[in-house]
Amino acid sequence: MTAATEPATPSPATAAPATALVIAGITRHFHIGKRDIVALDGVSATTTPGLVTGLIGPDGAGKTTLMRLIAGLLRADSGSISVFGTDVRADPLAVQGMISYMPQRFGLYEDLTVAENLDLYADLQGVAPATRAARYAELMQMTGLASFTTRLAGKLSGGMKQKLGLACTLIRPPRLLLLDEPTVGVDPVSRRELWSIVDHLVRSAHMTVLLSTAYLDEAERCDSVLLLHEGKMIGAGPPGDFTRAMAGRSFQARSARLSKRALQAALVPLQGVTDAVIQGEAVRLVMDAGVTPDFAAQAKLSDAAITPVTPRFEDRFVDLLRAKAGTTASAKPVATALPPRARPENAASQVIEVDHLIKRFGEFRAVDDISFAVKRGEIFGLLGANGAGKSTTFRMLCGLLPASSGRLQVDGFDLRTAAPTARGRLGYMAQKFSLYGDLSVMQNLNFFSAAYGLTGARRTARTAWALDEFELAPLRDATSRDLPLGFKQRMALACALMHEPDILFLDEPTSGVDPLMRREFWQRINTLADAGVTILVTTHFMDEAEYCDRLVIMARGRILAAGTSEQLKQSCRDAAHPDPTMEDAFIALIEADDAKSNPRAEAA
Amino acid sequence: MSGALMRLRGLIRKETLQILRDPSSIAIAFVLPAMLLLLFGYGVSLDARHVALGIVVEQPSAAAASLTAQFQQSPYFAPRDFTSVAAAQTALANEQIDGFVWLRSNFARQLHAGRDPNIGVFVDGINANNARIIENYVQQSWSDWIAAEATAAGTPEITPIAVQPRIWFNPAVSSRDYLVPGLIAVIMTLTGALLTALVIAREWERGTMEALMVTKVSMHEILASKVIPYFILGMGGMVVSVLIAVFLFDVPLQGSILVLTLAASLFMLAALGMGLLISTVAKNQFVAGQIAIITTFLPAFILSGFIFDIASMPAPIQWVTHIVAARYFVAILQTLFLAGTVWSVLLPNLFALLVMAVVFLGAARLAAHKRLD
Repeated sequence: MTAATEPATPSPATAAPATALVIAGITRHFHIGKRDIVALDGVSATTTPGLVTGLIGPDGAGKTTLMRLIAGLLRADSGSISVFGTDVRADPLAVQGMISYMPQRFGLYEDLTVAENLDLYADLQGVAPATRAARYAELMQMTGLASFTTRLAGKLSGGMKQKLGLACTLIRPPRLLLLDEPTVGVDPVSRRELWSIVDHLVRSAHMTVLLSTAYLDEAERCDSVLLLHEGKMIGAGPPGDFTRAMAGRSFQARSARLSKRALQAALVPLQGVTDAVIQGEAVRLVMDAGVTPDFAAQAKLSDAAITPVTPRFEDRFVDLLRAKAGTTASAKPVATALPPRARPENAASQVIEVDHLIKRFGEFRAVDDISFAVKRGEIFGLLGANGAGKSTTFRMLCGLLPASSGRLQVDGFDLRTAAPTARGRLGYMAQKFSLYGDLSVMQNLNFFSAAYGLTGARRTARTAWALDEFELAPLRDATSRDLPLGFKQRMALACALMHEPDILFLDEPTSGVDPLMRREFWQRINTLADAGVTILVTTHFMDEAEYCDRLVIMARGRILAAGTSEQLKQSCRDAAHPDPTMEDAFIALIEADDAKSNPRAEAA
Repeated sequence: MSGALMRLRGLIRKETLQILRDPSSIAIAFVLPAMLLLLFGYGVSLDARHVALGIVVEQPSAAAASLTAQFQQSPYFAPRDFTSVAAAQTALANEQIDGFVWLRSNFARQLHAGRDPNIGVFVDGINANNARIIENYVQQSWSDWIAAEATAAGTPEITPIAVQPRIWFNPAVSSRDYLVPGLIAVIMTLTGALLTALVIAREWERGTMEALMVTKVSMHEILASKVIPYFILGMGGMVVSVLIAVFLFDVPLQGSILVLTLAASLFMLAALGMGLLISTVAKNQFVAGQIAIITTFLPAFILSGFIFDIASMPAPIQWVTHIVAARYFVAILQTLFLAGTVWSVLLPNLFALLVMAVVFLGAARLAAHKRLD
């Protein structure tokens, strides 16, 4: 691949280059203190004009760095990038005249109204005053914000903010549109709307789009995909090519005799199994190339029903990662031995009980009359977009925030009267591993065991357990900050488990994490659940919902539906969605709720 | 309208709307200077008044009573009587008095014999500045009394030389008249630098800067859009400060208001330039605020000659004061307020301010580039 270095010819309307974007051998290091981080390592790619190219990869893959390099906000250590034939390094202003870029946290001015934000970006992008009214109307209609133009941007919902950001980015139609994780944390309805805007732009305005995302299920909506992992491009091409490569290798396994977790545990170590992961009530199985799923030899699996399913993008990603690491599903060691807990065998007891819980902030009801109960050893999920009330519920369950009304019990303790006692029963793992980066692994373990009040022999025993169980012993003196993401996550889990809690709270534990790490993490969580630990997960990530035994879907502070992921998905099965996904179910529920609440609003 | 002008207009309009909606900028520009000025204007005074002074009279006499009365009448002292040195010493050690005067038992005898009666003066030296002031006041009161006694007795004065002090430019020798103009400079340093440093750090924090940078806007335009509105805001604060100085603290404004405006403009540009420079390194509001206080407020307080005379600093520190913009502005303000439009003092300082403004704004322009690395 050669770098396009010919001088910029500012006659873009007539020229029709074969490539929109040429990325040639880009390497970029970051130096933070004494550490040297390779964000991008010899990345090369091209994109075709008039298509949506997805830049797909887990957090830390280098997506944002690549976006910023294309936008001329960063300089590469080596390699070159050209946009429609103009070299970014040589003439960043010319490139910035051709592109629009929506950063991950788009720079909306929250103290300006929707219209004032549009005015600002129209001025900045040099949109002629005469054409503005028509352009605004078009954008507002497209984003559904027409009735909110005088509202402060800070008062919009998360999805609306994202759409306004997109409208500002599009105020002058760019030739190349860069969108950095536009759909992260956005509710599924807004996500679908954002995607339909992007599709519309490409078709009607023949715009070229580069969109980054950590959601693997979005790959299939792109015309072409660049798969980035740890700073390296590990795959490129239409998403169909990725799934075609997996033809005949994806299956679903069900067993009447074994629980889904037992079934998964039995499948993972088998020869020829690339991947086995819980999906609803079944186990999704990916076999090595050329291996048929025949488990007749396995007595345990004799009743397993194996049916072929359509491969998905993630199957290929896992396959590529396994090939790269030279491992199979079985070679990945996971925690297995957790001592079964000695506790009164009241198996049916509800460990977490939430009854008509309400949290008001002034007039606003962040949590509006929700009730649910979680049994011992259950993995229970709270699924909802940012702002649905998940975090508020979580904080009340941790005893960090008093409820306005309703009853909250954790392990038999009422949080209104015995919050500290209840808190002692639970372990908490925050979304962004809240460990001390400057301390070593051992120092962190010591600190957290001390913080949980462990002393003497018990502390020694627990730190030894953590080092052994999570294979952290070789890294005990390593500075936590320098650990690879996967180890940080293990360590965060170890710290949350130091005091052997009966209940474990996980806040979006694997959103944006690479699929192998996610599998490893959930295998540990499954083991914990089997040992009797009750697990409560909050997430906006549809995939994480699949790992839960039961879950509730939350929106606007209320619970829209509860049940197993299978039940929720089947509830919205219709002609249009013969095999609905969790996202389809979510959208159906929100739309049903809107339909229900709107007539009421009109009547009021 | 050209693209550059349209962009600048858009940015300035945005900045103005933000200033109007977010009370924090207005607070920094108007409330902070007014508060600091009131606090310092009323609180900080280098004049010692109502000093608790002990007077030890070992043996009462008419002369001793007369001297005690002299101290009692003075506005500077709030005398307390002691009968023994030991009691006065204890009081001094317990910080009940700041010093004491010791009239020995032979005080009256010596005086009548025409010999120097040799009073003893003891001052708490912990606060060296205060001690020196008290010492001077006591000395002054003593000489006045001796002179008065001598005149009354018709004998020649014991003190051979009479000093007739005549103070120019601040005839009342009120330290407030001297401090308040300097204070304005110190406060404007802080507000000017804080305003720009904080608003740009805020744009970094909220991710708006990244979005701005990928538009066609140039760094000149971004910087100009920060300097122009905050210059107006900062000058508003300046006007408030001058009004407080003149009408509340009765500091006379002798010089030309036009020159004051010119000097204040140059100084405000230098301060805003410092703020811009800070914002290129500090990308969150907390750090920006800390740096602004440490690099602008403290040097302006200590090294501007506002309280501590620059001429009496060691030479290396004196050199350092030359890079403190407030130093020139303090000199200009003190001259304009107390002396008048004295061009021989104003011109070099105005020139220095011009250089500072150009240097800081230029450095900010050089340090700011349209990239994140």
